[in-house]
Amino acid sequence: MSGARLGPWIVVGLAALYFVLPLIATFEFSLSMLRGTWSFEAYRVVFADPAFRQTFGFSVLAALATIVLGALLVVPTAYWVRLRFPRLRALIEFVTLLPLVIPAIVLVFGYLRLYNSSSWLPFTGSAWGTNLLLVFGYVVLSLPYMYRAVDTGMGAIDIRTLTEAAESLGAKRRTILFQVILPNVRAAVLSGAFLSFAIVIGDFVIASLLNRPAFGPYLALIGQNRAYEPAALAVVAFAATWGCMGLLQLLGGRAPGSAAAPLRVRRKAIP
Amino acid sequence: MSTASPAAGLAAIQPAAPRRRLPLAWIGLVPFFLFALLFLIGPTAHLVVGAFQTPEGGFTLDNIRGLFTPQIMAAYWISIRVSAASALLGAVIGFFLAYAIVHGKLPPWLRPAVTTFSGVASNFAGIPLAFAFIATLGRVGLVTVFLNETFGVSIYRMGFNLLSFWGLTITYLYFQIPLMVLIIAPALDGLKTEWREASAILGASSWQYWRMIALPVLAPSLLGCFLLLFANAFGAVATAFALTGSTLNIVPILLYSQIRGDVLYNPQLGFALAFGMIVITGLSNLFYLWLRARAERWQR
Repeated sequence: MSGARLGPWIVVGLAALYFVLPLIATFEFSLSMLRGTWSFEAYRVVFADPAFRQTFGFSVLAALATIVLGALLVVPTAYWVRLRFPRLRALIEFVTLLPLVIPAIVLVFGYLRLYNSSSWLPFTGSAWGTNLLLVFGYVVLSLPYMYRAVDTGMGAIDIRTLTEAAESLGAKRRTILFQVILPNVRAAVLSGAFLSFAIVIGDFVIASLLNRPAFGPYLALIGQNRAYEPAALAVVAFAATWGCMGLLQLLGGRAPGSAAAPLRVRRKAIP
Repeated sequence: MSTASPAAGLAAIQPAAPRRRLPLAWIGLVPFFLFALLFLIGPTAHLVVGAFQTPEGGFTLDNIRGLFTPQIMAAYWISIRVSAASALLGAVIGFFLAYAIVHGKLPPWLRPAVTTFSGVASNFAGIPLAFAFIATLGRVGLVTVFLNETFGVSIYRMGFNLLSFWGLTITYLYFQIPLMVLIIAPALDGLKTEWREASAILGASSWQYWRMIALPVLAPSLLGCFLLLFANAFGAVATAFALTGSTLNIVPILLYSQIRGDVLYNPQLGFALAFGMIVITGLSNLFYLWLRARAERWQR
């Protein structure tokens, strides 16, 4: 049993073929807008489209709002639960995993029924309120990833000792949270943030049903009406996802208290 | 501690109460639970209740009964078939891929490379994925054209269509296989080399090792992963929507059209449709959690 056998190589090779071919095909297709020659024409058309810039900008803003709101919601909760209500951890984790059970389309259907313009809390009555509802929806979608990342990060540092040390130095709750705990789980928050970013940029259902001018509905529209631009947009979207994940790996691998570090330690512990 | 001063007074009256259990500590959890109630549990509960209500608010089972029409049943059936097929194939292929990188004695750099790529690909769902597969296996896609020009094989003349059951399944595999790799790799790490060595010393063949040791240990993980993949595919809308428009009658797309324009001509039926989706994804997730708890016994 020395050296690699043929079987694993065949499996990996076939998988690589399946995963790389669509990427090559998409890239090739995106370059062939002008007949008979390869060019970046499709990309030029896409980037020159004001609708692309507006929708992409809208989605980026929504993603940033989602990350800030998600972090403000998750970090204090995860901290407080670990410090004061360790018994509630299982319950909170269950709630944060629910968005994986409830499909996004069901969730937004519920929003439309519960918060329409004639309801007790008319979010969808104004553009501003709908944007807010959209961001809340994104926070819910990213909750499983954000909470897991932050909670794992908190597990890697000794929050009880840190809290007691800060308290004995006279620090108030807010000081402890923002100046002691948050810097220590920064990498975990960031890794949750990149996943949230990818989710928001890739979303179609929520933005489409709430009628917001986001990137996903724009993609769908272009896909129905154009030939080469969708391929260019798919390459751009894939590059954006790749960028997010690359940054995540980079941060996860390096910083202490990140989500990935304890996982790695545990893996090594298993012989 | 200034917020806790009335509570501190209370604690002084009841010396038995431990100091850590200040009655005001729960306020710290209010934002989270309020948010979850308003934007996660509330809307879902509203739909579940609505599935059993008449438009006037009385109790009824007519909406649920309304699901058992040929059109809606067909939508559920094709959704279940696509999800099951993509979950099964994704689980099997993902298992082999994960096994190859964990126990295949391949160069050490391959595992982090595959894992990182899986992280990207499992998040590469939605509309761009549909575009990628149209450029690959569509009527003028790279692979379609290549097969036709090089081997003279026209897959479309042979009955293949990207906008069909198999087309959708092949597309879904692009995020199903990587997800399987990500979640099964830790379980494969738990397969201890000693077990294999011990069984070999006792004279077991490779087949006996798999049938009597490895597969029974892995079974809960494998089944659990299958269920998670199933739920993952069942709720996906965007890829199918961009791929097929509304030509393929699957449940999420039917619900999408129903929300957009009441295509079923009965608003209450939308609630029942959503309720059916929650039941199916909920059941498969519950089983997943149960199986994962069983599987973790072997991973310590």
